[in-house]
Amino acid sequence: MGRVLAMENKLTRHLYSIPYFLWMLLFVVAPIVLVVYYSLFDIEGNFSFVNYQKFFTPVYLQMTLSSFWYAFLITAISLLVAYPTALLLTKTKHKQLWLLLIIVPSWINLLLKAYAFLGIFGTYGAANSFLKIIGIGSKQILFTDFSFVFVSVYIFIPFMILPIFNALNELNPTLLDAASDLGASRWVTFRRVIFPLTLDGVKSGCQVVFIPALSLFMLTRLIAGNRVITLGTSIEQHFLVTQDWGMGSTIAVFLIIAMVLIMILTNTRKRGV
Amino acid sequence: MNNLVRFFLIIVVVSGILLGTISHLNTSQGYSGNNTLTVYNWGDYIDVELIKRFEKETDIKVIYETFDSNEAMMTKIQQGGTSYDVAVPSEYTIDKMRQDDLLIPLDHSKLPNLKNIDQRFMDLPFDPDNKYSVPYFWGTVGVVYNPSKINGKKITSWNDLWDPAFKNEILLIDGAREVMGMGLNSLGYSLNDTNKKHLQEAKTKLDKLTPNVKAIVGDEIKMLMANEEASIGLVWSGDASEIMSENEDLDYVVPKEGSNLWFDNMVIPKTAKNVDGAHKFINFMLDPEVAAQNTDYVGYSTPNKAALKYLPKEVVEDERFYPSPELTEKLEVYENLGKRNLAYYNELFLQFKMHRK
Repeated sequence: MGRVLAMENKLTRHLYSIPYFLWMLLFVVAPIVLVVYYSLFDIEGNFSFVNYQKFFTPVYLQMTLSSFWYAFLITAISLLVAYPTALLLTKTKHKQLWLLLIIVPSWINLLLKAYAFLGIFGTYGAANSFLKIIGIGSKQILFTDFSFVFVSVYIFIPFMILPIFNALNELNPTLLDAASDLGASRWVTFRRVIFPLTLDGVKSGCQVVFIPALSLFMLTRLIAGNRVITLGTSIEQHFLVTQDWGMGSTIAVFLIIAMVLIMILTNTRKRGV
Repeated sequence: MNNLVRFFLIIVVVSGILLGTISHLNTSQGYSGNNTLTVYNWGDYIDVELIKRFEKETDIKVIYETFDSNEAMMTKIQQGGTSYDVAVPSEYTIDKMRQDDLLIPLDHSKLPNLKNIDQRFMDLPFDPDNKYSVPYFWGTVGVVYNPSKINGKKITSWNDLWDPAFKNEILLIDGAREVMGMGLNSLGYSLNDTNKKHLQEAKTKLDKLTPNVKAIVGDEIKMLMANEEASIGLVWSGDASEIMSENEDLDYVVPKEGSNLWFDNMVIPKTAKNVDGAHKFINFMLDPEVAAQNTDYVGYSTPNKAALKYLPKEVVEDERFYPSPELTEKLEVYENLGKRNLAYYNELFLQFKMHRK
């Protein structure tokens, strides 16, 4: 009787895992295999490694560097803003409500938000009217590095706040009491107790922001006016305009490799578990 | 577990109800298999009233979808996910689509209104005998500018844009052939030049324009120019006429060295399911009165000779949009340069975009 039950259990467990494996196979493994496959063909469909050679030319290397630079900047600023915000949120009375207010904008379509910023940052937009009133005078905001990083941070910040907030929220308050009982100052408590215990939240926040920031493409045109070119922009162009799927796939291969590396780097601690 | 099952059931039931409502609404509006027609056109490129009129006259329901580049359109038709019945590619794309066997030949007996098209625009090199395509609109590439904001300077030549006085004042449309074409034209080369040395020269010249370029943008250029975000813009003539109707301070010029002459044309792609309806639609759009109304709305130049008499005189005689024969001589139609050359154009364009101030 026991053995039958165990077998049934095993059977249902296998049944339940079918959707997961199907999903992984169809939407994760197959696309990656296809991308790698396409990357091995040149623009006329001949098998070659020419795309990989091309990737290591100054144009694409420079593009890779600048993509990483902007993604890094976006992640760093998001973190700088998000951590204190999350800390503040956990101390408020209606924290779930405040959190919701921060998350709500992320329900709005990205393109709509980008178009709104076109109006706000324009020469005659709200931001410039404000600068005029406070006496600084009209400045070019739209189509600059500043506007690009600003809008990207605005878009990504809920994804950074959320994991940090959860980590802070789960923090056992008695640990803080213990720290202060043992004579730790508030700064030392933060540095030695709070921050290390929320490090996992910070890490997953950074992953969730850095990886998509690396391949941003709509914003580079709308907000940065193509003055910022990232790997994402280039992939879009190769697939839709040049129809050089091989080169587009090659860049995608490098993006995938970069993402895997980042995942491994930021997950080192969890490995022991 | 029970909760999970219940939750799952609720979702299934709700989706079922939604699906039922949608299909009910679709059938009550007549959207069912046989009498629909999927039209795939550029964004904002038809008077929507005309679609309604066509639906009323023929009882065919039109599903209207838009694209923003020839290449994106062709990619979607190649993949064949949606059964587009009519599409509106530009001339060099027709050449490509013809080679890739993506078009269905037109049945001229079903298109009596074809006689309304100006003979000048028939039987062009990209589609001999109009076997696959009928011209929809034509126009040029040129410069839209705000005379009051450029200190009385005149723009008549491409080289005028390189004037250091226009620092940070130029918006460019995000098109490799348009921008590279500007570089080639300013050096006196052909828009269809494939000589790598010439293309490199054009790119080097464009790099020098960088301090003047504020941004390289897509369709937003219309809104940005009308809002006076910049005083000079590289645009298609039709976009220019739209911008000028929004903001009357602006003017449009086709530089004297010459520029691009383009045609957008109606075709029936291989994905079509309603070939008969597609012919009806094309014939309807060729009707002089319909074409005139459409031209009035879209603002591009119509190839429909019979429609001209329904249009205001000042429109038809406006040389900025219906250029004189001397200027027309200098305009060039894009040729299909082949994938490899096109990739080279795009590579250089990408390098130009990455060139920082």
